[in-house]
Amino acid sequence: MSEHKVIDACNTYCPGPLMELITYMKQAEVGDTLELLSTDQGTANDVPEWVNKIGHEMVDSEKVGDVWHITVRKAK
Amino acid sequence: MRILIVGGGTGGTIIANNLARRLAPEITAGTSRITMLSASDQHMYQPGLLYVAFGQMMPDELYRKQKSLLESSIIFHVDPVEKFDLENNQVRTKSGKVHKYDTLVIATGSRIMPRKIPGLDEGSETFYTEAGAVSMFRKLREFEGGKVAIVVGVPHKCPIAPVEVTFALDDYFKKRGIRDKVEIKYHYPINRIHSIENVATWAKPEFDRMGIEYETLFNVEEVDAENKIVKSMEGSEYKYDLLISIPEHHGMDVIEQNELGKDGWIPTDRYQLTMEGHDNVYVVGDTTNLPVSKTGSAAHFEAEVIAENIASIVKIGVPVNEYDGKVYCFIEAGHDKATYANFNYLNPPDLKPANKSMHWFKMSYNKMYWTSVRGLL
Repeated sequence: MSEHKVIDACNTYCPGPLMELITYMKQAEVGDTLELLSTDQGTANDVPEWVNKIGHEMVDSEKVGDVWHITVRKAK
Repeated sequence: MRILIVGGGTGGTIIANNLARRLAPEITAGTSRITMLSASDQHMYQPGLLYVAFGQMMPDELYRKQKSLLESSIIFHVDPVEKFDLENNQVRTKSGKVHKYDTLVIATGSRIMPRKIPGLDEGSETFYTEAGAVSMFRKLREFEGGKVAIVVGVPHKCPIAPVEVTFALDDYFKKRGIRDKVEIKYHYPINRIHSIENVATWAKPEFDRMGIEYETLFNVEEVDAENKIVKSMEGSEYKYDLLISIPEHHGMDVIEQNELGKDGWIPTDRYQLTMEGHDNVYVVGDTTNLPVSKTGSAAHFEAEVIAENIASIVKIGVPVNEYDGKVYCFIEAGHDKATYANFNYLNPPDLKPANKSMHWFKMSYNKMYWTSVRGLL
């Protein structure tokens, strides 16, 4: 059964939100969704670029207050 | 209070020494006790490995006897923990001894996992172990020209190391007079050349000036060691003559075996540094799952907060401080110059131009570390 995991990468500069997503993506199973929380303004562009290049699936991207919620499904 | 510290690296050692001083009256009175369990009787200064890889330090300069770094009131055993029984506040060691505690500190650190990537172990050099750093120096010394590739796994200890090793390679080949025969190509997992935006902004023109090529969004999938080709998950590949890798890290095996955290990273409160669901268990340094750099510096600043809080709980029953995410990293920039990144959860690093003073400060710190880990600096 697929899992949904929330990754809190708010207010972090190193290793940063996309590195956190890559770390947890390695731990996830195909079909799992990861919701990345980030206050870094670049994340909204950085994550889709990596996700599209590597072949995972963007599920959602929205900004709630100061926090981006970016949801990705592991596709392979 | 019985305080048990598992792990004798930077974080564990600073906590132990800091606590031994803060709780000296309680230890003398017999109401508090500090015990450390470690897998080794040696303490390694891990940042020195990068210098070993370039022949600038000898391996034996990196070690001190762990016992010599500890306050005399600390009980120290070389007897690694095999079983954590958090429900009953006790651990069991390799020798079979059971240690009960009131407060536990887990400071077991991390390790490289080159075998997670097919071919990486056979096909690359890495400076993250003593044997690896010595082997890398031998390979560099024999190298007469060709393509050098740097690749980076996620997550990894010392996030500044990828740019440092790249600057050092440029420096090394220039000093040998063969830089014009060497192509250096840097590969990085995300879409800029360093995770810290200010570092990326600073390093990019430096790379351009040094003629270092770079490719971003490159996560290693496989190394064809026989044909010397490194391939990425993103679909690109590079044919190399010498591959330098910073492998993916995991926490220690004992953490995974005891199911304390996936891949050996323990879920940790980012401010209190307690293990989630266990208020009497603290986690420090690489062992945490925090979105914070895995560096001795982070471990040092976390350790000071943990020691202050354990001591205040002994004395007044409550913690008094929170970790603010502080990290301070030297950045060796080659040509005897360095700069630094200083940041916390709320303030990004403001990078200054590299200069010789910072390099010599870092060289001094390589010796001053032993004072720092004793909790005196």
